[in-house]
Amino acid sequence: MPPADVNRTIDAVWRIESARLIAGVARLVRDIGLAEDLAQEALVAALEQWPESGVPDNPGAWLMATARHRAIDRLRRAEVHERKTRELGREAEIRGETDDPDLDAQIDDPFDDDLLRLVFTTCHPVLSADARVALTLRLLGGLTTKEIARAYLVSESTVAQRIVRAKRTLSAARVPFEVPAQEELADRLAPVLEVIYLIFNEGYSATAGDDWMRPELIEEALRLGRILAGLLPREPEVHGLVALMELHASRSRARTGPSGEPILLLDQDRSRWDWMLVGRGLAALERAYTAGGAVGPYTLQAAISACHARARVADETDWDRIVALYDALAQVTRSPVVELNRAVAIGMAFGPEPALELVDGLASEPALREFHLLPTVRGDLLAKLGRADEARVEFQRAASLTQNSRERAVLLRRMTGCSPRNGG
Amino acid sequence: MRVMVLVKATEDSEAGVMPSEQLLSEMMKFNEELVKAGVMLAGDGLRASSDGVRVTFSGSERKVINGPFAETKELLAGYWLWEVKSIDEAIEWVKRAPDPMPGTEGVIEIRPVMEADDFGDELTPELREKEERLRKEVEAKQ
Repeated sequence: MPPADVNRTIDAVWRIESARLIAGVARLVRDIGLAEDLAQEALVAALEQWPESGVPDNPGAWLMATARHRAIDRLRRAEVHERKTRELGREAEIRGETDDPDLDAQIDDPFDDDLLRLVFTTCHPVLSADARVALTLRLLGGLTTKEIARAYLVSESTVAQRIVRAKRTLSAARVPFEVPAQEELADRLAPVLEVIYLIFNEGYSATAGDDWMRPELIEEALRLGRILAGLLPREPEVHGLVALMELHASRSRARTGPSGEPILLLDQDRSRWDWMLVGRGLAALERAYTAGGAVGPYTLQAAISACHARARVADETDWDRIVALYDALAQVTRSPVVELNRAVAIGMAFGPEPALELVDGLASEPALREFHLLPTVRGDLLAKLGRADEARVEFQRAASLTQNSRERAVLLRRMTGCSPRNGG
Repeated sequence: MRVMVLVKATEDSEAGVMPSEQLLSEMMKFNEELVKAGVMLAGDGLRASSDGVRVTFSGSERKVINGPFAETKELLAGYWLWEVKSIDEAIEWVKRAPDPMPGTEGVIEIRPVMEADDFGDELTPELREKEERLRKEVEAKQ
């Protein structure tokens, strides 16, 4: 094989193996920073040896063996300085014994166990959201610092610093490399799901830059979500999040017009939706419900999204059911943004008057004061009621609040479209 | 990127010879790995071409031809649809697949799925316009 091909093979093997490799080594050395270094060293060894010797039959096992040898070397060297007694406890863990029989029963693949420990470590609550995202993309997604920087439109050194600081924080806080106990699982799962959803959302509606969407982040978040669903098949909210992401991602192609302007859900050409992702999303939603337990916010949002996915044309949307789901979601989240969405659904189901009443009630919410969607929704409802002058003021206000130039253009167009004659 | 991974037919698969229990269990394990890695979107085995049908297009003529079809090596015995980062990642995964046709020379082909950008700037707005018109016509009939 020519050397260029070997290098591409090594990249591909890294993509497939790096998370498991780092996770497996981290169990030995109890430090994800060191684990990543050792995994990288194994990769460098591969870069040196494979062009000569050829790519081994089982490249993942080769990398793992190489990294493990190096890890054991380091541990032995450390032993000279440390007391043997401290190592004894560690040895049992090196042999692969887990401490939680419940979890052992749930997980039959020891590599899965390592991978889960890695997930809960990179998404540990001791880290800031930015740090969790960067570390997760790096260690779990196998993305390079450069790739993360490009996706988030920040400099490579910013990402590198974020990762270094995150690793330092984890060491300083002595965060153990472990899966939380069953009773803590729900609390610790929340930030994990949040990290994946943050990555997805940055891809789905980019907060910066010229592009409205960044597909590579959407794909990465979907992949992480699918991996997590494989690791924790009994957690309903993991399936709920996957369902939500698959359903939203299914509309990617239909969300922008020829010149890149956003197209609203109800105006989208549904033949452009990715129907395979719709099917996968609906199946994941089914799994979320069968997993049982209280229906959580991701599952509820996915269920709302599924109402749209099931409607062949926008007019067939089951708005009554969407209102009922928003009622449940509002109770779980107590978020004014959810209340605003609920008002939109009520407007579709029962007409603009009751919806406007709800929206007016939200006007004093501090969280919505600078949020462009509040005046957008209000303008829309006023226009439907034929109150064009008031609607125009709302659209103007919305246009002045949005950060996104594409959205601003749409709002300004709606503003000029408001004349008493056509009622909006 | 999305790739379609095509398992080519062999004389055995065309003769309707079912995979051995061992191959089936290896295949299941491999599929499980693909699911766990977040790569697998879909995949199925296909029945022999003797159960298949072809429709040929020639001008306004449509001709229906029943299987089996002769050119075994051009036929398919199964497929996967994967979400991968690069074609190299797909190659690595294919190398890990169990030999789908033990005893004969099996072939697996990897084909990247076309993305919207592949259609080019020239074609897209025009096609969109056409699509738009079609949609309005359909809506008008409802």
